[in-house]
Amino acid sequence: MIRFIVQRFLGMLVTMFFVSVMVFIIMELPPGDYAERYAFRKFSGTGVTVTEADVNNIRVKLGLDRPAYERYFSWIWGIVTKGDFGPAFAFETSVNNVIGQRLWLTLAILFSTLIVTYLVSIPIGIYAAVHRHSIADYSLTVLSYLGLALPNFLLALILLYISVTVLDSSVGGLFSQEFEGAPWSWAKFVDLLKHLIVPAVVLAWSATAFQLQTVRATMLDELNKLSVTAARARGIPEWKVLLKYPARLAINPVVSTVSFDANRIFSELPIVALVLGLPELGELLIKSYIDLDMFVAGAILLMLTFMIVFMNFLSDIALAFLDPRIKLEGG
Amino acid sequence: MRNSIGTSETSMNGTSLDGALLKVENLRIAFRTDEGQIQAVDGVDLTAQTGRTLGIVGESGSGKSVSTHAIMRLLPGTAVIHPDSSIQFRRKDGTVVEITQLAPTGREMRAIRGGEIAMIFQEPMATFSPVYTIGNHIMEAILAHEEVSKQEARERAIHLLDRVGIANPSRRVDQYPFELSGGMRQRAMIAVALSANPSLLIADEPTTALDVTIQAQILALMRELQEEMGMAILFITHDLGVISQIAHDVVVMYLGQIMERGTVREVIKEAKHPYTQNLLQAIPRLESLGQRLHAIGGRIPSPMERPPGCPFHTRCPQAMPGVCDKAFPETTHFSPTHEVNCFLYEGS
Repeated sequence: MIRFIVQRFLGMLVTMFFVSVMVFIIMELPPGDYAERYAFRKFSGTGVTVTEADVNNIRVKLGLDRPAYERYFSWIWGIVTKGDFGPAFAFETSVNNVIGQRLWLTLAILFSTLIVTYLVSIPIGIYAAVHRHSIADYSLTVLSYLGLALPNFLLALILLYISVTVLDSSVGGLFSQEFEGAPWSWAKFVDLLKHLIVPAVVLAWSATAFQLQTVRATMLDELNKLSVTAARARGIPEWKVLLKYPARLAINPVVSTVSFDANRIFSELPIVALVLGLPELGELLIKSYIDLDMFVAGAILLMLTFMIVFMNFLSDIALAFLDPRIKLEGG
Repeated sequence: MRNSIGTSETSMNGTSLDGALLKVENLRIAFRTDEGQIQAVDGVDLTAQTGRTLGIVGESGSGKSVSTHAIMRLLPGTAVIHPDSSIQFRRKDGTVVEITQLAPTGREMRAIRGGEIAMIFQEPMATFSPVYTIGNHIMEAILAHEEVSKQEARERAIHLLDRVGIANPSRRVDQYPFELSGGMRQRAMIAVALSANPSLLIADEPTTALDVTIQAQILALMRELQEEMGMAILFITHDLGVISQIAHDVVVMYLGQIMERGTVREVIKEAKHPYTQNLLQAIPRLESLGQRLHAIGGRIPSPMERPPGCPFHTRCPQAMPGVCDKAFPETTHFSPTHEVNCFLYEGS
């Protein structure tokens, strides 16, 4: 088992290296650089003529004149050794300062969404499979297709409307006003949880619908297995048969697609965040691209992709625990 | 112990079993489908005696598996057991229960399943869950029926694996099913079935997926265990060759009905029913080497379109038009044990 974990860990490091190279290439892709943007911003409308030499001076000052590979290694070196993601030009401070809290809030949204997704989809999927062709099964199926079909932002708007008009609570943002700048406390944490519910439900909606169908289908397959009949033939109580045999295997596909879900959430988050006014990374990412603020964009992309790679690593380990065939055949 | 209300009337009625362990009478099972009811088993009688093996022979679709699953109450929700059917079973404490009256997932039925009637299957690989060790499966079965500690259950599991002829049982107990060979898995499955000392063992084609050498070993092991533990065995197979090695009595089934029954000698050596005779001719023999193997003409009809009368008349070389397709033949006795349902012998 330890050998399996070490193997997967090394694999993850290699993946992260390639991902970081790709992120850097993406950072380089937009035409122009921040030096030009800076010159434009600083001197436009002032009547000063900016020459190519002036732009080059800014470029040297910002360190953007060096060749790409050199900039890549100094960027990575800063991240690995000092946790320094470089300067955020547009904000005139460091990337760490800009991203800081938003990163944690994004992760909070991610994990609360995943928890909602699995808490809802796994038990309901199992229930629907066991009670196949019942009214409950059919209505859940209809609901989950609705979940797959309904766009997130629309659902966000609906929930926003309901919570403001019916429940009379504020949903914008992640904190109530009195906690916005306050230091962390239990009350602030509870306040955060309250605000996380709506975004988590919105983001979990389609993922839940998808995973519910996956769990139901796998569970149906597993229920027909001879091992289930054999367990019943041993006189095992029905609930124990269901949980120990088919249900345990039915969650495998869910566990193995945790990183897909994370990916989906990251891509849907900016639009939902825009509607709900959440201070998260996606919105910042778009803004930094518009500003050509490359280190901010790079840091965000790197964070999100690393997170997905890391979740993949975790789901590999979890799968190996769930299914002994994986570690014994791979190791 | 006894807490199922529905069984109180039959529980004292022990004499009706005539010393048998299990008596199935007029078993009729239908499946509800979108296209209507399918009669899978139609009026089957079976008797299992302690220490004896009853072979149930038939092609796929003959209802042999469905009948034995009914004894365990393991049929799917779409199956309906006819109210006139009776499955009487003598429990270890001497009381007789009417299994058709028990709730399929109730406590009493669960105590009987595994504890008193155990089952082994055709595919040991599929019978075991791939994510649990062999020991886990055996211990689960022991712990479900007896109040013992986990440690004790584990020791019993190791002992059982040793008993069924698995070498190095203390290591095998912690291995997963896919780490064992096919023959070993079949032995391990027998160990699971024997874990709670059942009085009846239902073997659903347990040797079909094995090669001939291993098959012979498994059959020898089952005979040995039967002599030692004195249990009754219901042995389902489509292979009359296997039946001649293991069974004492034989029942030949076709489309949910019994064609012929008798001791193994009577059925193999003096087969009367054209269906049994055809099955016997289909066994490859040394003398017939190089010749084309005899096959029964036609196909087994779908249970959706059961032929009227004797269900075999559509494939029977000796079918009598106007007779066989009109009604099901009465039973003809050739000896106290040998009986046939065929118009060829009716009135003789």
